[in-house]
Amino acid sequence: MNKIYILWLRQIKRWLRSRSRIVGSLAQPLLFLLALGYGFSSIFQEAGQGNYITFLAPGIIGMGIIFTSIFSGMEVIWDRQFGFLKETLVAPMPRFNIMLGRTLGGATIATIQGVILMILSMFFGFRPEHLISIVPALGVMFLMALLFTSLGTMIASLLEDMQGFHLVMNFLVMPLFFLSGALFPLEGLPKTLSIITRLDPLSYGIDALRELFLGMGHYGLAMDLVVLTLVTLLFLGLGSYFFKKIQV
Amino acid sequence: MIRVNNLTKTFGDFTAVNDIGFSVKPGEIFAFLGPNGAGKTTTIKMLTTLLRPTAGSILVNGNDPVKSPEAVRRSFGIVFQDQSLDDELTAWENMEFHGVIYDLPKPLRRERIRQLLIFVDLWDKKDRLAKEFSGGMKRRLEIARGLLHHPKVIFLDEPTLGLDPQTRNHMWEYLQELNKKEGTTVFFTTHYMEEADRVAQRVAIIDHGKIVAMGTSDELKKQTDALTLEEAFLSLTGKTIRDESAKATDMMRRMRRAWRK
Repeated sequence: MNKIYILWLRQIKRWLRSRSRIVGSLAQPLLFLLALGYGFSSIFQEAGQGNYITFLAPGIIGMGIIFTSIFSGMEVIWDRQFGFLKETLVAPMPRFNIMLGRTLGGATIATIQGVILMILSMFFGFRPEHLISIVPALGVMFLMALLFTSLGTMIASLLEDMQGFHLVMNFLVMPLFFLSGALFPLEGLPKTLSIITRLDPLSYGIDALRELFLGMGHYGLAMDLVVLTLVTLLFLGLGSYFFKKIQV
Repeated sequence: MIRVNNLTKTFGDFTAVNDIGFSVKPGEIFAFLGPNGAGKTTTIKMLTTLLRPTAGSILVNGNDPVKSPEAVRRSFGIVFQDQSLDDELTAWENMEFHGVIYDLPKPLRRERIRQLLIFVDLWDKKDRLAKEFSGGMKRRLEIARGLLHHPKVIFLDEPTLGLDPQTRNHMWEYLQELNKKEGTTVFFTTHYMEEADRVAQRVAIIDHGKIVAMGTSDELKKQTDALTLEEAFLSLTGKTIRDESAKATDMMRRMRRAWRK
C-alpha cells in the first residue's frame, strides 16, 4: 500500500513541478471551448439546441482528461529513456502494483485538470443544472482518467521511444476525441458515424457528464457507467499485461 | 550466491552472451571485466531480472530470476551503468522512494538516508533536484541509493566511472566494510584494472560474449606471464578497440538534446 502510495506521490510531484505542462495542457481545450463555443453559438441556438458553450463544456472537460491521461500513461517512455524505469523494474514488488501506482497518479492528475477546465468553463457561461451533480461527475471524470491512463501505459509499453508519439496522437487520440460527441450532439447522426461514436469509450464518459450536469444524455447514465467500468477494467488488465513484459 | 550455467543471450542474429558459466561465493568481491560490448551489462541485466536469457540457467541467492523474479529482486541492490535517477525529484526524495519500495521501516530508512547522504557528501544538497546535479554528484547519489537497503548481493556496473579518486576510494572503503560486516557479496564491472586488482578477490574476463579467463588476479597474471592485471587483460582480449552499437535509448537521448537546442 505504501509502495503504491509513493509511486502515486511521485507522479503528483512531477506534475506539480512542471508548470509549463499544466498550462500547456489547459491551453488547447480552452482554445476549443472559446473558438468553437462562441463561433457556433448562434447557429446552435438557431437550430433549437440551446446554449452551445453549456453543451460543449463537458466535451472540453473530456478533452482535457483524455489528452492528459494518455500523456501521463505514456510517461513510461520518458522513464525508460531517462533510466528511472530500471529502478522501478528491479524493485521487489509485483509489476501490477507498479503499473497501478503510476496509473492512479496519472489518473489523479487528469481528473484535477478536468476539474480546472470545469471551473474555467464556468467563467464563460457553463452552468451545471445542480451544483451537487459535480460530486458524481468527479467520479465519472476519475473513471475516464483511469481508462485512458491505462491505455497510455499500454501503448507506452509497446513503444521503444518517443518517435511513435505523434503517430499515437494523430491516429488514436485525435480520432477518439473528434468522434466522441464532444463537439456535437449524438442525436440524428448518419448511420456510420453513429456506429463509430458508439465504439469510442470517450463518448460514454462525455455522455455521462452531460447527463449529470445538464440532464441531457444520449445512452443513459447506467449504460455509460457500465461501459466505462468494463472498458477501464479491460485496459487496466491489458496495461498491466504489457507492462509486465517490458524488458530494458 | 550467484551460479550461472550455459547462459546465452541473443538479440536477433547477434549473440551478446555466448554459453558462459561461473559462480560467486557468498561474501565474495567479484570483478567482471571485459572490453566495451563484451556482454558485461547484458549479463548483469539477466542476473537482475531485467532481461530474459535465451538459454541457460541462473541462480541468485538460491532463486531463479526467470521463475521467481521477486525473490531475486529482494536480495540484490544495483548501481546501473547509465543514469537511473528521477531528475524531477530531489536527492532526498530519490532515496526515500527507494527506501519505501524496499520496505525499510521509517526510522531505519530516515537514519540510513541521512548516513548515506552524508557519506557521499550530498547531505547539504539533499533538497535539490537531481537534474541540477553534475555527473559525479548523480553517480554518488546512485551509489548511496543502491546501498540503502543493505542487499545480500550488490551489482555495480562501472560504478566508479567519472568519479574522482577521493570518492572512488571512499566508496570502496564503504563497500569493503559492508562486505566484512554484513557479508555482502559484491559483483562489479570496471575499466580500471588497478581497481579490480586491488579490491576483487576473484576476476572473470569476458570477451565477445565468452569468458576467456577466471581466477584470482595473481592467477591471471601468472597464466599470461604479465606483471599487472592490465597487461594480463590486454594479452587475453587483444588490443583492438571495440565499438558498442547505439541502443534506441541512446539515439533518443541524442535526439532530445538536439530538440532542446
